[in-house]
Amino acid sequence: MELTFGTLCGGGLLIVGLFLLYAIMTGSRSLRNYVITRLLLVLPMIWILVTLVFVMMRVLPGDPISTRLKPGTDQATLDRLRERAGLDRPIYEQYWDYLNDIAHGDLGVSNNVEQDRPVTQIIGRRLPATIELVMPAITLMLIFGIAAGALSANKHKRTLDYSFRITSVVAYAVPIFWLGLMLQIVFARQLEFLPVAQRINPRFANDFTHRTNIYLIDTLLSGNGQAFGDVLKHLVLPTITLTIALIGVFIRLTRSNMIEVLQEDYVTASRARGVPERKVVYFHALRNSFIPIMTLIGLQVAVLLAGAVLTETTFSWDGLGKLLRDGIALRDYPVVQGTVVVFAITVGVMSTLTDILYAFIDPRIRF
Amino acid sequence: MSLFQIVPDRSQVNKQEIILSIRDLSVEYQTRRGVLSAIDTLSLDLYKGEVLGLVGESGSGKSTLGKAIMRMIPQPGRITKGQLIFKNQDLMQYDEKQMRDVRGKQISMIFQDPMTSLNPVQRIDNHIIEAIRVHEPSVTKDEALSRSESLMERLGIGRRRLNEYPHQLSGGMRQRVMIGLALALKANIIIADEATTSLDVIVEAQFLDLLRELKDEFGLTILLVTHNIGIVAELADRVAVMYAGRLAEVSSVDELFHNPKHPYTQGLLRSVPNIAMDSQDLYRMDGTPPNLVMPPSGCRFHPRCPHVMDICHQKQPWLVRVDEIGEGDEQVGGYDKHLASCWLHQEYQGSTQARRY
Repeated sequence: MELTFGTLCGGGLLIVGLFLLYAIMTGSRSLRNYVITRLLLVLPMIWILVTLVFVMMRVLPGDPISTRLKPGTDQATLDRLRERAGLDRPIYEQYWDYLNDIAHGDLGVSNNVEQDRPVTQIIGRRLPATIELVMPAITLMLIFGIAAGALSANKHKRTLDYSFRITSVVAYAVPIFWLGLMLQIVFARQLEFLPVAQRINPRFANDFTHRTNIYLIDTLLSGNGQAFGDVLKHLVLPTITLTIALIGVFIRLTRSNMIEVLQEDYVTASRARGVPERKVVYFHALRNSFIPIMTLIGLQVAVLLAGAVLTETTFSWDGLGKLLRDGIALRDYPVVQGTVVVFAITVGVMSTLTDILYAFIDPRIRF
Repeated sequence: MSLFQIVPDRSQVNKQEIILSIRDLSVEYQTRRGVLSAIDTLSLDLYKGEVLGLVGESGSGKSTLGKAIMRMIPQPGRITKGQLIFKNQDLMQYDEKQMRDVRGKQISMIFQDPMTSLNPVQRIDNHIIEAIRVHEPSVTKDEALSRSESLMERLGIGRRRLNEYPHQLSGGMRQRVMIGLALALKANIIIADEATTSLDVIVEAQFLDLLRELKDEFGLTILLVTHNIGIVAELADRVAVMYAGRLAEVSSVDELFHNPKHPYTQGLLRSVPNIAMDSQDLYRMDGTPPNLVMPPSGCRFHPRCPHVMDICHQKQPWLVRVDEIGEGDEQVGGYDKHLASCWLHQEYQGSTQARRY
C-alpha cells in the first residue's frame, strides 16, 4: 500500500480505534460504559460546534457574494449570484444543506484564496503542514513542561523554582507573533544560521516525492538527507515559538499539582511504609498529578490551534492556521467556515480522547 | 465512681521489656516568627505488648511525637536532640536507608484519615504488593498477594475487594486495609495517629474491638495517639498525657482515671461529657494552649493552672514518681509507676527518689 497522507491518517485512526476497542473489550463494566457514552457524545458535540460555526458565519457582517465582486456591480447580478449560491433561501433550508454538505465531506468551494478549488481539497493539502508544526510543539511541551514543572516542585521555594515560575509567566504572557518576530530577527537576520520563514528552501522542493506532504517524513523516505536537514532547520523557529506559547501554563500546572500531590496523606503514608522516595514519586505521585494535566492537554489543543494561526502567519507556514488567516483577510467565507469546522471537530475529538484517557488514569472518573 | 468503663487487659504486656525508649527528645519547627518548640526534652518508654495512649489537645505535640519516632518530621521541622532507642539501637544514628527498613517493617503508622491515606488511582492489592515488596524484593507479586489474603480475610476484606479501588470501599474498610498494610509486614510497633477520628462511632467501636483482638493475636505494641480520652479508657493499658510539648503525666489507665495527679489531667477528665452526670455544665479550663514560639516560663501549664504557685513561674518541674514508694522500692521507673510533672507534688520533686524521666 502506498504511503500517503490519507493512509497515514487512516493508520492513526486505526490505532486510536483499536485502543478504544481494547478499552471496551477488556475494561470493567463501568469503564466500558464510560468509553461508549463518551464516544456517542462526540456526534452531538460536533453537531453543536458545526451549528455554532454556521450561526457565526451568518451573524458576521458582510456577504460572501459581494466581497467577491468588483465594487459597483449591479444589483441584478448580485441577486443572480446570491440565488445561485442558495443565499436567498430560508435560513433553515440553508442550515440543512450546510449540515448535509458537511456530512458528505463537502465544505464548499473557495472564492479568493485558491479560486474555485474545493475547500476540502485545500484543507487536505494544508493539514500535513500544520501537523508537522504542531506535533513537535506538543512533544516538546510535554517533555519540557513536565520536566520543568516536576523540577520546580522538587525545588519548591528555591531559586530554580522561582526562575521557572517567572519564566512560565513570561512565556504565557508574551504575544506569539512578537516572539516569532524576535526569534526571526535574532536567529535568522542577525546570526543567519536559521531560515526566516517557509517550510523548505525552494531549491529542495522538487527533490523528493511528496507522498504525505509531511516534509520530514517525505524527505526521510526519499533518503534525501540534505532536504531533510533543510526541513528540520525550517522547523526550529516556528516550533520553538509555538512551544513557548504553550509551555507556560503547563509548567505551572505540573508544578502546583506535584507540590499538592506530594503533600497528600497517601504519599506520607507510603513513606511511612518505608517506600523509597523514587518509588513514592513514580508509583504514587506522578499518576495522580497527571489527572489535571491530562485535562489541560485536552484544553491546550484549542490554544495550540489558535497559536498555529499566529505562528504560521508569522513564519509563512502554509498550514491550516495561515489558511484561516488568509481566508479572513480575503473574505473567503467557505474557506473560513471549512477551516473553523475542522478546528472545531479537532478540538472536540481531542477533548473526548483525553477524557477517555483520563478515565484510564483515574478510576473514580465514571458515569 | 468511674466515668469510664475501663477494660484492663494486661496479660500480654511484658513489664520488663522496653521495646522503644524515647530519651530527651526535642523537636523544633523553624517558623517565620521564630523557633517553635513542639516537643521539649521528652522521655517515654514503650513496653512490649502494651497499648500506650498518648492524649493531649491539638497542638500538644502528640502527632509530632508519632512522626518523630518514624523520623518523618516534615520540613521546616527537625529533631534537635534526643535518642530513640529501639531494640538496643538508636534510630537517630540511622541513615535514611536504614530508617526506610524500620518504617513499615518494624514500626508502622496508621493515619487519621483512611479516606486520603490510600492512593486513589492504585488498587488495594497494589498497595499490599508494594508494601511487601519494598521490604522483601525477592517476593513475587503472586506470593505477596497469597500471603496477605488470609490476613485481609481476617480483617474482613474479601478477595474480591482487593481488586477494587479505595473509593469503592467504606471508611471503616479502608482503615482496616491500613491495618492490614501494617500487619502484612509484621511490624512490632503500630503508631495509630488519630486512627479513629474520622470514623463514625459504630465503625469506631468495631475498629477498636478489632484492634484489641489483633493486639493479642499479633503481639503488637500500640502507641495510640488520640484526643479522645474515652478511646484511651477502652483500649489502653497506660496513658501519657501531653501538654505543650511536654509530658504532664504518665500512669496506668486505672490510676490516671481514679487518681489524676496533674491539674491539667484533672481538668481534662472533668471536661469530658458523661451520660451519668447530673449537671449539663462541663468543666471548662480557662485560657488557651500556649504559643510554643514563646512558651511560658517554668511549667508550661502555669498560666492556666488553678493551683499555680510562685515556683511554677520559675522552674520547670521534672517528671517524677508521684505514687507511694514502698519500703525497699529501689526501682525508680517502670511500667507500674505513676509519673507526673507538677510542683504540687514538691515532696517528690525534692525527694531522694526524684529522678527525671
